[in-house]
Order: sequence, then C-alpha cells, then structure tokens
Amino acid sequence: MSDTRSTGGKGFLGGFMKAKPAKPGEIYGVPGQGESLKISAVVIASLIFVWWLVTYAGFVKPLFLPSPMGVIDAFLGILKDGFTGASFWEHVWVSTLRVFGAFLLACVIGIPLGIAMGMSPFARGVFDPPIEFYRPIPPLAYLPLMIIWFGIDELSKVLLIFLSVLAPMALGARAGVKSAAIEQIHAAYSFGATRWQVIRLVVLPSAMPEIFTAMRVGIGFGWTTLVAAEMVAATSGLGYMVLSASRFLQTPIVIMGIVVIAAIAYAFDHLVRFVERRVVPWKGRG
Amino acid sequence: MTALAIRNVSVFYPVPDKPPVHALQNINLEIHEKDFVVALGASGCGKSTLLNLIAGFMAPSEGEISLNERVVTGPGADRSVVFQKHALLPWLNVLDNVAFGLKIQGHDKAKREKIARDFIKLLGLEQFEQSATYELSGGMQQRVGIARALTSDPAILLMDEPLGALDALTRERAQELILKVWRDTGKMVFFITHSVEEALFMGTRLIVMSPRPGRISHVFDLPFSKQYFETGNAREIKASAEFIALREKILKIIFTDEAGAHDE
Repeated sequence: MSDTRSTGGKGFLGGFMKAKPAKPGEIYGVPGQGESLKISAVVIASLIFVWWLVTYAGFVKPLFLPSPMGVIDAFLGILKDGFTGASFWEHVWVSTLRVFGAFLLACVIGIPLGIAMGMSPFARGVFDPPIEFYRPIPPLAYLPLMIIWFGIDELSKVLLIFLSVLAPMALGARAGVKSAAIEQIHAAYSFGATRWQVIRLVVLPSAMPEIFTAMRVGIGFGWTTLVAAEMVAATSGLGYMVLSASRFLQTPIVIMGIVVIAAIAYAFDHLVRFVERRVVPWKGRG
Repeated sequence: MTALAIRNVSVFYPVPDKPPVHALQNINLEIHEKDFVVALGASGCGKSTLLNLIAGFMAPSEGEISLNERVVTGPGADRSVVFQKHALLPWLNVLDNVAFGLKIQGHDKAKREKIARDFIKLLGLEQFEQSATYELSGGMQQRVGIARALTSDPAILLMDEPLGALDALTRERAQELILKVWRDTGKMVFFITHSVEEALFMGTRLIVMSPRPGRISHVFDLPFSKQYFETGNAREIKASAEFIALREKILKIIFTDEAGAHDE
C-alpha cells in the first residue's frame, strides 16, 4: 500500500516528529503551543493516588513513606498543639520573615548593584569577581564562616539567605540593562538627558521584566537556603521543624514541612507573576 | 537666519587586520531655514553616520558641524531625532511618550501635558492619548515619535528612515503628513531614506551619497513637494514624466554604486 498523503514523515514515528497543521486561528509550528493545565492536574492526582496506593497496600513502611492521611494527621496535630513549644503559625512566620527579609535586602542592594554593573565598566570590574566567586558555592559550605563571623543569632541566618538571593538579583538586573534599545537611550540623550536620567527613566524601566524574572529565581534560592540557615541554633522555623523531625524519624512531619515550604514558595511565585502582569504588561511587546 | 553647517567633515576609524574604514570623506553641506534635505544612497555610503554626527552621537575625525554658529559637541534638544523603530517607551502611554522630552527638561506636569497635547493634535493622535504604544500600528507609533521630537522645539528634525518599517499604503500617507507638519512648523529637516520615490517627493534638496569612501556624489534641487502643496495630489506628482525621469536617473546612480560594491 502506498501512502497517498502529500506530507508527513515516514513510518510510525513520522507523526510524532512533524508538527500537525495548525487549527484555524493558531500559528503553525509555535514551540510548546497548547494547554498543559489538565495534564498537570492528572499528573498530580496520579502521584497522590500512587502514593496512597503503595502506603495503603503496605509496600512501603510508614517510617520511610507515611500515607497521605498520616501527613494530614501530622499537619492537623501540629496545627493544634504546635511543634517543640512553638505554634505552627509561629514556625511559618519566623521562616517567612527570614526569607522575605533577606529577599527584600537582596532587592534593595542587588538591583542597584546589577544596574551599576551593567552601566559602568568600573563597577563591573569591581563586583564581578567577588560575585562570580561566591555564586557557585553551596551556602552550606560557607555557613560555618557566617556563624563564626556573625554569630549564631538571626544575623547570620538572614545573611546566609541574603547571599543566596543577592547573586541572581544582581545578575538579572545587570542583564536587564541590555534590554533598553539604543534608540530609546539615544532619544533620551537627544532631549538633553543626563546619564542619571537615562538610567532612571529608560534603563531601569526597560530592565523591569528581567528584574521580575530574577526575583522569581532569587526567592527560589532563598527558600532553598532556608533549611541550611535554620540548621544551627534555631528554635523555630519550617527548616528547623523539618530537620528536628528528621532526627526523631517523624517522617510525616518532614513531608508536611516540605509541602508547606513548597506551598508558600508557589503562592509567592504567583503573587510576583500577578504583580509582573500589572507592572510590565508590555513585556515581550515593546 | 538659522542654519546647520557641515564643514570638511571626515570620519575614519581603524579596523583590526583590515585597511581603515573611511566612512565619510570631506562632507560639506549647509541646511537652511525651511530646507528639507533628503539623503539617499547605497548601503554603506555613510548617511546614517552623517545623521549620527549631526545628532552629536559621534564626533567627526576631521572638520566640524555647527548649528546657528554653535559647534555641535554632543546630543542636544535643538536637534531632535526620529528613529525608524524601537524608540518609544512601552511603559508610558502616548501622552507621556510625547511629553517625555519635556519631562527630561524639567518642565512641570501641567506644562508638559499642554505642549504634548498641541503636538498630539498636530499629528492627529487625539483619540490615542491614553493608549499603550505597543497597541498602535506602526504608522501611529511613528506619529508619536514625530510628535515627541517636535515638543522640544528643535531647530532641525533628524529623521533616520522614519518610514522604513511601514507598509506601502501607510507610508504614502505618512509622507504627506510629515510634509504638512514640516510646512506648519517650519523646521529644518534632515531625512534619510532608502526609497528613491520618497526622497524625490519629500525633499527640497536631495543629496545622493556614494560608498567607499562615503561622500556626497550628487545634489539635486527638487520641486515636487512644492507642487504637492499646490495640487494636493501626491500620486499624480509621483506619476509625472518629470518625476519618473529623475527617479530613473537616480536609481541608475545608486545601482552603479551597488554594482561597484559587489565587484570588489
């Protein structure tokens, strides 16, 4: 039998290798075109189902993987009685304060720093080596130094998280400087703008989309570093909760803590995206 | 009398492992009040370099440029630039884009908006005052750029292929609009284009530039925009025998220059 179709690849895999013709109103060949929400919902539901199945059927001991209900019980228990003397909300509050305090500090310092690095070869020459030096080092590696230098109180914890957020913020803002079109900059100068006016009125607004992306990446690093920051001399916080629960093999609490951290980070990411749509509706269209 | 004077201007710069680039050689040009000077030429003839020199974005290697007897040493509000594209600020609406130059110059909000509205009206943008610039068509965006350039009351408008990105129909309408704005404001204009028809139709004077080294090879005085103001019929002028004859003559010059480039 010969194939009478005029297009399409050969054989069984041909259909997968070539894009299908677009439906009217769509554009042919746009990468990643189509809805993915339903697929994600099905995947999440299946994962929870498999989780429930393996624990219900007893394939895995609860010590290694507690059932979904066990995790929910742990959650309700801590919500009611707290954990090691502090209420659930206190743990959440303390960690949120640490991460967001460090994040805000990183924004306030990192954004101007990145803009300066993008604008001035001098600033780039000064700050590029130290940032590129510490950026790839895991925070756990310099945690001991932070404690030796800044003590075991809040300062060293917040600074550790701050450092992990600072690098992506500065690099994002620095890359964002390149977003301003040379025509926009020339237009400002030809109206007699000073360098400072060009930075404030053209470069910084142009860099906002990149800065928002950097914020999303940065806050992610912040939550990643939280557990490390709460390893030493902490008495509350979500990272502390996870770590001390793991020492007593309270696996349900470990999993619950992980889910809570993920939920807060996810909610904040959506908040940033919401603000981004309001502040830079022109992203990708300017 | 206001005038822009370009005297003995040359631009050359070294390139690694190659002979130095002679972008412009001994350019002499005067632009007087009410002149609409159009620069045309094969790519690499230095017309954009010349515009950048007048705007003050680049310094000449030799010679000097002066506006009303004052030597140009950098960008300034007496020489406004209209770019081909990408020059508007997408985070500002049309009104704030037009008022952008006035904001830089430190005028208060009420004055800024009053002046901006005058030029918004002149360019026919009243309905779009609050629109986002990226929602406008290419032609409308260029009107915003022109209105913005006019707000600082420059002595000369520098237009770097302002209509190059527009479709043919919009482009013809925009040509007529720019001519009317030029007539109503009395600004000197230095206008770069790749379209011979556009150059002939719009300019009072045409300079044809040739590459390697970039230089002014021919100068023509043009009657067509004056005819347009008398008759109001752009197509008729562009279809006239006189217009077509000159168009072909200039195309021949440019094609010869281009062919020379390919022979090298």
